[in-house]
Amino acid sequence: MVTTTEGSLGTAAKTHQDAFDAVARAKKKDIIFATGGLIVMAIAMTLLLTLIGDLVIRGAARISYDFMTSYPSRLPERAGILSAWVGSLYVMLVTAFLAIPIGVGAGLYLEEYAKKGWVSNFIEINVSNLAGVPSIIYGLLALGLFVYGFNFGKTILVAGMTLALLILPIVIVSTREAVRSIPKIIKEGAYGLGADQWQVMWNYIIPAARPGILTGAIVGLSRAIGETAPIITIGALTFIAFLPPPPVTGEFPFLSFAWLNDGFTVLPIQMFNWTSRPQADFHIAAAATGVVLIALTFSLNGIAIWIRYRLRKGHRN
Amino acid sequence: MNNDNMTAEKTDAEIEKTRLHDEREAAMPPPIKPAAERDALRARLEDFSFFYADGFQAIKNVDMPILDRKVTSIIGPSGCGKSTLLRSLNRMHDLYPGNRYEGRVILEPEGENLIGPESDPTLVRLRIGMVFQKPNPFPKSIYENVAAGLRVRGIKNRQVIDEAVESALRRAAVWDETKDKLNGSASDLSGGQQQRLCIARALAPNPEILLLDEPTSALDPIATAKVEDLVQELSDSVTIVIVTHNMQQAARISHRTAFMYIGELIEFGETNQIFTNPRHPRTENYITGRYG
Repeated sequence: MVTTTEGSLGTAAKTHQDAFDAVARAKKKDIIFATGGLIVMAIAMTLLLTLIGDLVIRGAARISYDFMTSYPSRLPERAGILSAWVGSLYVMLVTAFLAIPIGVGAGLYLEEYAKKGWVSNFIEINVSNLAGVPSIIYGLLALGLFVYGFNFGKTILVAGMTLALLILPIVIVSTREAVRSIPKIIKEGAYGLGADQWQVMWNYIIPAARPGILTGAIVGLSRAIGETAPIITIGALTFIAFLPPPPVTGEFPFLSFAWLNDGFTVLPIQMFNWTSRPQADFHIAAAATGVVLIALTFSLNGIAIWIRYRLRKGHRN
Repeated sequence: MNNDNMTAEKTDAEIEKTRLHDEREAAMPPPIKPAAERDALRARLEDFSFFYADGFQAIKNVDMPILDRKVTSIIGPSGCGKSTLLRSLNRMHDLYPGNRYEGRVILEPEGENLIGPESDPTLVRLRIGMVFQKPNPFPKSIYENVAAGLRVRGIKNRQVIDEAVESALRRAAVWDETKDKLNGSASDLSGGQQQRLCIARALAPNPEILLLDEPTSALDPIATAKVEDLVQELSDSVTIVIVTHNMQQAARISHRTAFMYIGELIEFGETNQIFTNPRHPRTENYITGRYG
């Protein structure tokens, strides 16, 4: 009798011992995975920080008021990036005005209105594919279609349109994801009150999806601002010693769109141009341009985070 | 502790009610018509069936009256189609493609067929309000939540909305808890308060029928008791259809009970009769806890 009890107890203890061992093994795996992840992350961060640090050490001293307000010059010490950063801003303006409404509209349509079937599946797959197409292909498309096909020339408008095409998939996909993440019960609640599809979309879906949509849009824009290949392909000028006409004028109707049809350069092209020069001083100017470009990208991302934070807060209250 | 007392009181009250009811029944001549037809009809289901997009028939040829300003409860084991039936009444299934209704759901006294091809789901939902299983306040202020139904109807007059919001919150017995923080976020309320807010939201536009889809299944016993009291109070002014998997709840708060099983309406009758003298063996099995 006693032996039996001991025996069964022994079996129980043995069973537990197996479970304890399994937990111990799982914990060990956790530690290994966490350490591995930390190392990988550290490598990535070190690389990024080294790159930025290198740019800043070489270029920071070159950034000055004169550097920001001078046109490029063949004399490295007098060269500046005025036309490049103004060009970048103009191009981003066009890109944002085209990509955000079209991308958000397409995303909302695909998610809320489109009938689910093989057509919408086909479109969905291809939108994802488009996000993976190399940017130079967009440049070639724009060169053939906008520059030669429509005869728009090598203008700010064409550059903005090209980059808008490039980031359209990003905006569409992030809009769809933002819409999809809205709980079904919120939508059903709104429909249950008798709201029609437009009211539900306008008053419930878009406000709830706005942080996600805006984040996607800004991530897209910060990708576009650093793009070089498609802009080179459509033939942006590398030496620009003038500014496009300002969009706001003193006379009625106070708005001018002449700038759309102007030649332009952008920050990455200015940078690319200077790095290919033999003079070391131009390389320093290129590094300084890189610092400005990274600062612009970071501030765009900062704005995205801020908007998301503000909207989340505002939305809750 | 407190809750136990409340339940006990309720049960006593219920017993008293049952007794009075039985005495009245005894005093009356034997009913010639079925009990259901003595009261005014608000809606009736005729040979109603529902098919999901994959072809699954969730509701099979149901005939059922819904009485004016009475609480009708639908009970039955999980998957019997009770929620599906309720969601049919305000055309919720139309939100997802491929779902199909058959038969008729007639809204009285106009005689409009709610599921007919000429009937617009959005217009149906404007007339029939719904409260869901899980409290689903919109991520807006308490005020805007209650005002949502009025805004959907294009009402913009601030004074009209103010009055409707207050009256709906009062009717839903959540006014005292919210009157000082109408502009505060609805998500800061407790689960029970949120559910009563959702009831207020559904009441604000004065729906002709209020549908409650297991409204207390996500609530604690005290919050549940409050919602139950509320449903009983509201039944003086609104027609209510409630789905519940809590048989005691159905017995406590409803005038009529429908028992469903695998898509079929097995038995419909006065709540008392269903729970004390079920005619169908399946109903008896269910209410005595033999399955479900």
